[in-house]
Amino acid sequence: MTRFACITAFAVALLVPCLQVRGDLRFPPPEFESGYQFPQAPPPPMPRPVLYEYAEAVLLVAALLLASYLILRRRSRRAIFVLMLGALFYFGFWRQGCICPIGAIQNVTLTAFDNSYAIPLAAAAFFVIPLVFTLFYGRVFCGAVCPLGAIQDAVLIRPVRVPGWLESGLRLLAYTYLGAAVLFAALGGAFLICRYDPFIGFFRLSGNWNILMLGTSLLVIGLFVGRPYCRFLCPYGVILRHLSRLSKQRVTITPNECIKCRLCEDACPFGAIREPTEDWPEGEYKIAKRRLALFLVLVPVLIAAGGWAGYSLKDRFARVHPTVRTAERIYLEETGQVAGTTDVSDAFRATGQTSALLYREATGIRNQFAAGGALLGAFVGFVAGGKLVVLSVRRRRTDYEADPASCLACGRCYKYCPKEQERWKKTRSMGAAR
Amino acid sequence: MANDKENVTRRKFLREGLWGACLAGAGTAAGLSVARNNRDNTVWQIDPFKCIACGNCATYCVLELSAVKCIQAYALCGYCDLCTGYLVPEPKALDTGAENELCPTGAIERTFVEDPYYEYSIDEALCNGCGKCVKGCMVFGNGSLFLQVRHDRCLNCNECAIAAACPAQAFQRVPADRPYLLKEVEPLE
Repeated sequence: MTRFACITAFAVALLVPCLQVRGDLRFPPPEFESGYQFPQAPPPPMPRPVLYEYAEAVLLVAALLLASYLILRRRSRRAIFVLMLGALFYFGFWRQGCICPIGAIQNVTLTAFDNSYAIPLAAAAFFVIPLVFTLFYGRVFCGAVCPLGAIQDAVLIRPVRVPGWLESGLRLLAYTYLGAAVLFAALGGAFLICRYDPFIGFFRLSGNWNILMLGTSLLVIGLFVGRPYCRFLCPYGVILRHLSRLSKQRVTITPNECIKCRLCEDACPFGAIREPTEDWPEGEYKIAKRRLALFLVLVPVLIAAGGWAGYSLKDRFARVHPTVRTAERIYLEETGQVAGTTDVSDAFRATGQTSALLYREATGIRNQFAAGGALLGAFVGFVAGGKLVVLSVRRRRTDYEADPASCLACGRCYKYCPKEQERWKKTRSMGAAR
Repeated sequence: MANDKENVTRRKFLREGLWGACLAGAGTAAGLSVARNNRDNTVWQIDPFKCIACGNCATYCVLELSAVKCIQAYALCGYCDLCTGYLVPEPKALDTGAENELCPTGAIERTFVEDPYYEYSIDEALCNGCGKCVKGCMVFGNGSLFLQVRHDRCLNCNECAIAAACPAQAFQRVPADRPYLLKEVEPLE
C-alpha cells in the first residue's frame, strides 16, 4: 500500500502524465522482506523554459533593427560584416541553427493544415518578423542576420558572374523547393527543409555524412559563386524577394544620385546590379514581340504539363508519408512478394490494427498527394512560364541600381560609388572639425 | 504628360495596396498562429507503448551521443535473477561478467537486494539509447525498461531526426510542461 502511495505522490510531485500499464505483469513485483525501498530517481530534467523563446524573438528584432540601421543609414560594409559574423555565431553555432525562419515556413504550413498541431511561438515569430522587416527595409535579414547566408558570405573569395538567364533558371529550384516543402509539411508531416538543411551539420559540429557533404560542396561552390544556397535554393528567399519588391526603403548603390560612371558594374557578387537600359533596338523589337507572344501562350501549356507531371509522381510523393510506406510494406508481405518482416511491419503488427484499415488510410493519403502533386507541378509550370515572360520583357532604366528582389543587402557595392566616397569624406571632415 | 502622371499614381496606388495586403497577410499569419498556440512549446517524446526498441534512437539522433536514454520503472520491475534486459540470451553465468551483459556500454548496474532478487539501475551517462535492454525486457520480462528523450540533452530540432526514422511512429510532440511519457503501474482502487 505504501508503495502505491509513494508512486502516486511522486507522480503528482512531478506533474507528469503516467501511462498506466494494464493487465498482469509476467513477473509480479516481489514482496521484499529486507525492507527494500525503490530508489528515488531524481526528477527528469525539464526542457528550456519558454521564456528563452521570447528572448530569442526579441533578439531577432534587435538584430534586424541594427541591420536595417547599418545597411540603410550607416552604409558601412565593415559594420554589416561584423553584425553578420555575430549572427552567424549566435543563431548558427550557439543556438545550433534551430529554429530558423526558413524552417518555420513548415511550422506555419502545418498549423494551417493540421488542427492538432500547436505552433511554438518562436517559430511563428521567426517566420513573421523578417517578413515585416522586408516590407519596410528590403532583405536586411538575408544581408546580416541569417546564419545560413552568413556562413556562405564569409567564404566568398572570388566571385564569378552568373549569366542572367542561368541565374533565373537555377532560381526555379528554389520555387520548386518551396512548393515541395509546403506540400510535404501540409500532407506528410515531413519537414524537407530541415532534413536537407545543408549547414546545420556545421553549426552542430556533427551530423549526417550526406548532409555534411552537401554543405561542404555548397561552401566550395560558394568560394566562387556568391551564396549559392540563398540565390538558387532558399525557399524563404523566394518569399522575401517578392516582398522586397514592395519595400518602403531598400539598398541604393549611390547615396544621392547616379552619375553612370560604371564603377559599380562588377561590384555585386550576386549579380543584383542592373545597368541602365534603352528600349529594344528597332530590328530586335519585332522578334522580341513575337517571342513574348509565344511565351504568353506557353504559360498555360507549362502549367498543364507541370500539373500532369506532378500528378504522375503522386505515388513517389506519397511515399514520404510513414503510413503509406507502412501500407506498401504490409501489402508486399501479405501478397507474398517479399519474405520476412521489417521494423516497420513488426511495429504495425504490434499495434493490432487491421491491414484493411491501413490500406484505406493510405489510399486517402495517396489521393491527397495526387491533388497536391498536381498543384505543385502547376505552380512550378506557372513560375517557369512567368520567368520566360519576364526575361523577354525589357524594362527601361536610367540609372545603375540594385535589383530590389535579388539584392541581398550585403553592402559591398557602397564603396564603389564615387558619390559615396564623397559623402564619406564630407562626414569625416565634419567629424574632424567637431 | 498628364496621362503619364496618372499612370504613375495608379501604379503607386497598386503598390501601396499590395504592400498593405502583404503586411495584413503577415499579421494574419501571426495572429492565427498565436490564437492556435497553447501558450507553451512542444518537445519531442517517445510513447513507450508504441516503441519497438529497434535501435534507431542510438544512431539517428543529431547528437554524437543520443538524447534518448533508458529509464527503469522500479515499480514494474520483477527484480529477476535471470533478467533478459541485463543478460544476453543463454548467458554463460548469471553474474556481472562483461561477456554476459546485453548492454554494449555496460550502463546497467546489477545489485543484489535479497535472495533471489536483484535491482537493475541505469547509469545514464553511459546509456546510448540503443534499446537492446528495452527489447529484452519487453519481449520476455515486464517491460519496466523503456526509452525516453532526456530534455537536458535534446536540442528539440524542428523535425526530430529520430522521429523521421522511427518505424513505429512512436515519436510525438508533447507539451513542454509535461515533457515525459512515463510507464507506471495502475494505482489500486
